[in-house]
Amino acid sequence: MNKKIPLWRRPGTIGANILVLAVSLLAIFPLVIVLVTAFTPQNETIAYPPELIPSTFTLDNFAGVFERIPVWDQLANTVMMSVGVTFFSLILNSMVAYALAFIDFKGRGLLFGLLIATMMIPFQSLLIPLYKMLSEFGWIGTMTGLIVPRAADVAGIFLLRQFFIMIPKELRSAAMIDGASEWKIYWRVMMPNATAGLLTLGIFNFVGNWNDMLWPMVMTNSAEDRTLTAGLALLNGTAQGVIPYGVTMAGSLISVAPLVIMFAIVQKRFIEGVATAGLKG
Amino acid sequence: MTTNPVVESAALESAGKVPRKRRRQRTYNFQRHANRTGWLFAAPGLAILLAFVFYPAGYAFWISLTDSSGLNEPTFIGFDNYVEAFTDPDSLNAIWNTVIYAVAYTPIVIAVALFLAIFLNRKDLLFRGGQRTVIFMPFIISMAVAALSWSFIINPNTGLMPYWFSKIGINLPDLLNDTTWAMPTVIFVAVWKNFGYFMVIFIAGLQGIPSDQYEAASLDGANAWQQFTNVTLPGLRPTMTYVIIVAVNTAFQTFDQIYIMTNGGPLRSTETIVYRVYVEGFSNFNQGYASALSFVLMAITLTIGLIQLSISRKQERDLV
Repeated sequence: MNKKIPLWRRPGTIGANILVLAVSLLAIFPLVIVLVTAFTPQNETIAYPPELIPSTFTLDNFAGVFERIPVWDQLANTVMMSVGVTFFSLILNSMVAYALAFIDFKGRGLLFGLLIATMMIPFQSLLIPLYKMLSEFGWIGTMTGLIVPRAADVAGIFLLRQFFIMIPKELRSAAMIDGASEWKIYWRVMMPNATAGLLTLGIFNFVGNWNDMLWPMVMTNSAEDRTLTAGLALLNGTAQGVIPYGVTMAGSLISVAPLVIMFAIVQKRFIEGVATAGLKG
Repeated sequence: MTTNPVVESAALESAGKVPRKRRRQRTYNFQRHANRTGWLFAAPGLAILLAFVFYPAGYAFWISLTDSSGLNEPTFIGFDNYVEAFTDPDSLNAIWNTVIYAVAYTPIVIAVALFLAIFLNRKDLLFRGGQRTVIFMPFIISMAVAALSWSFIINPNTGLMPYWFSKIGINLPDLLNDTTWAMPTVIFVAVWKNFGYFMVIFIAGLQGIPSDQYEAASLDGANAWQQFTNVTLPGLRPTMTYVIIVAVNTAFQTFDQIYIMTNGGPLRSTETIVYRVYVEGFSNFNQGYASALSFVLMAITLTIGLIQLSISRKQERDLV
């Protein structure tokens, strides 16, 4: 439609482009700062006037991170917790969702009501009793303690249920006539048909747990047991009132880099997933 | 819904294929089987929710009625903690701050996201996909990193932003150490962190609006603003409900950025409910009191949740 009119004669287009470009720059700016500052010598991070590009690049900050926090332990914890919660929640949530979507069982309404009530309870209200429970179980600072309480969640159940009810019911009837067991229908027929939903929930859970700070901060006692995001809180500790920005940014970079790389790879599906999940809210 | 066993077997019976007695037996088994498998499928997930959400919720209520410190043998003190929560100026301040935060954050983030979504939906935008990705990026990184980075950028002594502003003649205050500016700054960072997420949801919503509605409107002589209010906004109503629910809920659960950026300061001007629950429960060891505070949070979210539910029900009725 607009193809034949040159760009400079379309003020609306130019205005829109400038505006959106400005927002994009604002969105990316703090991330650029993290990247650059991570390689900036400590004395330059606190120099005045501040410069965007440092005079020299250094790896000292990364050495500083490894000195202050057990990076490898925390990275392993982050991966284990994110993968663990994602894995279990995909299985457990999809089973509940399957029952809700396909099986006409007595008490389904009751289960629905129970789940909606659960959704209203803010997670923070449970922190103290959960801490007490996990201490009694001896789960504080263990992977079990970090993962098991999160192995199912109502939002995930409802999200997957939405994907399940879009699958034609005839598929289930056909499988039943073929004599497939309920488990087989769930695992072999419905799960492969709900890949988009599983992927969306999986990415949400993975990113959410990777980035979570409060839960691992409260449920662990030692630095070795923390995840990287919660470990960052340790880096930020002001020694003599001066925040070691170079080291903090290097730590930040280590904690976000894997996610950002993953996002770059699955970017299209992630954004689509967010969009569809949102629409069905 | 799929195969109604009663209807099916009744049909078989009327066709004279199944003897009456056997039919009853079969129907019974079928339903019983469904009841059993239904609960069996739900059981593992439900067990987790009962053990780690329902039970602790009850437990939290019990703790809130005691003087538990997390270390002592708790004594029952009735509703004293609740009375304190509503009379202690620090807690009232935290509740007030959280409400201010939610009331400011929600409309701002929605307006910015909607505005951006409309622009990024234009076909004449250069690098559309790339810019969507970039604007979505802050949502991927943790609030901890976002908060650290912004704290660095706006640091009055060494930050780039105050320096650049001073070059054009504007002297920025020490944003995070100024009781007037700390809260707006924290809200700004939250908006920056999340507008990309809501933008993507709005774009999906916009693409669900049929383009002939716009054509009809422009034939009727509607200008851009009239098209926005008469076509876009009504078309986005279900999206809007979802976005408001998510935005309000996350606003009430703000913790990470407060912990990293301000520690509730200066002079408690950015202390939120969750931050206070954390401090009282895990630093000051007033776990009974912290639990009472978290129940106040629950009461607030519950009230908002019920209001939202009734609004969205009403909207559904309007749409039908």
